[in-house]
Amino acid sequence: MKQPTSSYQEMMKGIWRDNPVFVQVLGMCPMLAVTNSAVNALAMGLATLFVLVGSSFLVSIMRLWIPKQVRISSYIIIIATFVTIIDYSLLAVFPKIHKELGAFIPLITANCLILGRQEAFASRTTVRFAVMDALGMSGGFLFALMALGSVREILGEGALFGVSLFGPNFEPWVIMILPPGGFLTLGLILLFFNWVTEKRRQAQINYRLSLNSIEESRV
Amino acid sequence: MTTQKPAEQEPSSTRLIATLAIAGLISGVAIVSIYEATLPTITANKARELREAVFKVLPGVSKMEKYQLEGNQLRFRTETGKDENTLYGGYNQQGEFVGYALPSSGPGFQDTIGILYGYIPITRKVVGMEILESRETPGLGDKIYKDLSFVSNFYDLSIDPTIVTVKKGLKSATNEVDAITGATISAKAVVRIINEGNARWVEKLPTHGLALQEQPTQQEGEK
Amino acid sequence: MNRSEPELLLQSAPLLREGLTIPTAMRDVIIALLPALLAGFWYFGISALLVVIASILGCVMTEWIFTDKQKRMIALSDGSAILTGLLLGMTLPPALPLWMAWIGGVVAIGLGKVIWGGLGGNLFNPAIVGRAFLLGTFPIAMTTWNLAKGGTDNFFNLYPSTFTAPFMQVAPTDAMSAATPLGLMKFEQVDTEIFSLMFGNTSGSLGETSGILLMVGGLYLLLRRALEWRIPLAIFISAGLFTLMLHTIDPARFPDIHFTLFSGGMMLGAIYMATDPVTSPLTTKGAWIFGSGVGVLIVLIRNFGGLPEGVLYAILFMNAATPLINRYTQPKVFGRRG
Repeated sequence: MKQPTSSYQEMMKGIWRDNPVFVQVLGMCPMLAVTNSAVNALAMGLATLFVLVGSSFLVSIMRLWIPKQVRISSYIIIIATFVTIIDYSLLAVFPKIHKELGAFIPLITANCLILGRQEAFASRTTVRFAVMDALGMSGGFLFALMALGSVREILGEGALFGVSLFGPNFEPWVIMILPPGGFLTLGLILLFFNWVTEKRRQAQINYRLSLNSIEESRV
Repeated sequence: MTTQKPAEQEPSSTRLIATLAIAGLISGVAIVSIYEATLPTITANKARELREAVFKVLPGVSKMEKYQLEGNQLRFRTETGKDENTLYGGYNQQGEFVGYALPSSGPGFQDTIGILYGYIPITRKVVGMEILESRETPGLGDKIYKDLSFVSNFYDLSIDPTIVTVKKGLKSATNEVDAITGATISAKAVVRIINEGNARWVEKLPTHGLALQEQPTQQEGEK
Repeated sequence: MNRSEPELLLQSAPLLREGLTIPTAMRDVIIALLPALLAGFWYFGISALLVVIASILGCVMTEWIFTDKQKRMIALSDGSAILTGLLLGMTLPPALPLWMAWIGGVVAIGLGKVIWGGLGGNLFNPAIVGRAFLLGTFPIAMTTWNLAKGGTDNFFNLYPSTFTAPFMQVAPTDAMSAATPLGLMKFEQVDTEIFSLMFGNTSGSLGETSGILLMVGGLYLLLRRALEWRIPLAIFISAGLFTLMLHTIDPARFPDIHFTLFSGGMMLGAIYMATDPVTSPLTTKGAWIFGSGVGVLIVLIRNFGGLPEGVLYAILFMNAATPLINRYTQPKVFGRRG
């Protein structure tokens, strides 16, 4: 793209610097809806990873054959196919998790994170970069889902992955596994992210200012 | 595409349609194969879930049959799947009829609660209750299936004249159910759904069910 | 001091100053709340006092942590954090574990005020945010009500749940719990006699039960001209009329006016929370709209919703509508069209 980067860099940018949830604020629907436990978050993250990597791979291979005019429809067909595959596989292998995630598996199709990566990245680059980018982005998504899911399950049920952490007398914070808990936790995490970014920016500015003053004092 | 360079040739509409058709075809093949591949497992899972639920609400049962209520006539359901008039009969190891597993559903605090409950016609008692679907508040309303002290209300519950909810700890008669502190609405919803189920099913059902076809017994043909 | 000759005073505007500042306004409200608060202590004993202290501590500590070092003392000395903690404490059940009351205070200031940029920036009344959070988070503890014990003999008898260890559950004490008048009305269709309702000798939130004393405080505020009286009046009128209508249609199912006005958080909410100048409309017309909205919503939620009490959500809802009300009731600038 802009400057030549290694495929490793392409992957890492999705996890932190351009994190799809915390920085780009994409994919909010599954983010808020299925993160009421760590297991659900993990399942949703892995399903998204499968769909994103699979469709990025295909889109990147086919990018020269897909005419511009029908590209969005073609991407959607590709994405929807992968979503259907993961939907049926989950239903067959993990019916319990499928029941919990419910309508949000089919809704991965409409996750703008996935279509966005096809349109903005996979359709313009080689297969290797496309897959690494998809891995990074969905890794970042998985990381965000897990962060939210863990916090909500720890506070809301006193457990992580169903394992009780604080003993049977823990008073669960019911609101955390309800929808408002999702909004609250996400808001606080976003706040934290912005605070960290702002601190870094300030530090950089201060650093430059100090450099400038050194320059000036030399002159 | 307004941003397109004028030099670039517009692809013909045939090519556009062909691309989409090919993509749709490939995608269709993929979806059909995954559907075919997973269908047996999914059906088996669903059947096992149902059987487990029936066995759970009818203690002592080791075999179940699907029934269909047509008008006031009960018969074995031969077609696959189920509809709203499908119910289940449970038999013990000797093949004798034990009781019915009756589905019923209605509005809870959040969303529809779907219930399967075991009913013994001879004693006119509910002997077990399983929540098949509910979205009640976690930590509160979900006690209708997580709180054993509530669920155990339904292990030996007389349905006459109707089932009533009482404040927790005040259960004194066999047709009373202890409510859940803090989740009265969900608890009352469960009782109401079972009462509605009773009104719908109970009077139409023969006391001794349908005899198994393999081992016809003297109760056959009883209405 | 001997009288000096009159001197020429040079002063910039404003030349007329009124004594009304944020600290005095806050102090007035706190004074107005005292009678009902003391009645709550008297009815529910030392546990109630501890709950209020825990809630105030939560508020003040959060305010202290999240304010700039230089502004800390100024921010705390205006008393707004103390008032928030006091209001929140008065809406809590007297037997609530202290750690929950403390968390309520932290959330009230943290999510209700600081995050919006401090006093004046918040959209929702901080005390109600704290209570809403607690109600959603600890629904059982927040709806376990205890009988008013009353009197000096029992003052030092603690409720057993008061000193529950932090983050731990309350040991079950079903024997002591008692439904509130609103709960009785909603789930068992039992009316409570008017005398108990007015003087607060019922189970309920520790500072909400005594309608009369809350009204006395309101009168004090009115005399001090520190009360936007249109809002509570609009709430009483709209809730009263709506209840009257429902009661005429089906007297068996719907309560009558005195019950609506004197039960639950009606008085505390209408006089002290809905009138919070930060979160209620600026114009008089807006105040009437705001109050009527709160009143109608209270009756709607109480009679047709899943919960017995609706004052909290009614005020939160109208708080959210306040910017819109302000916008549509903005007086026209003279000489301008539309």
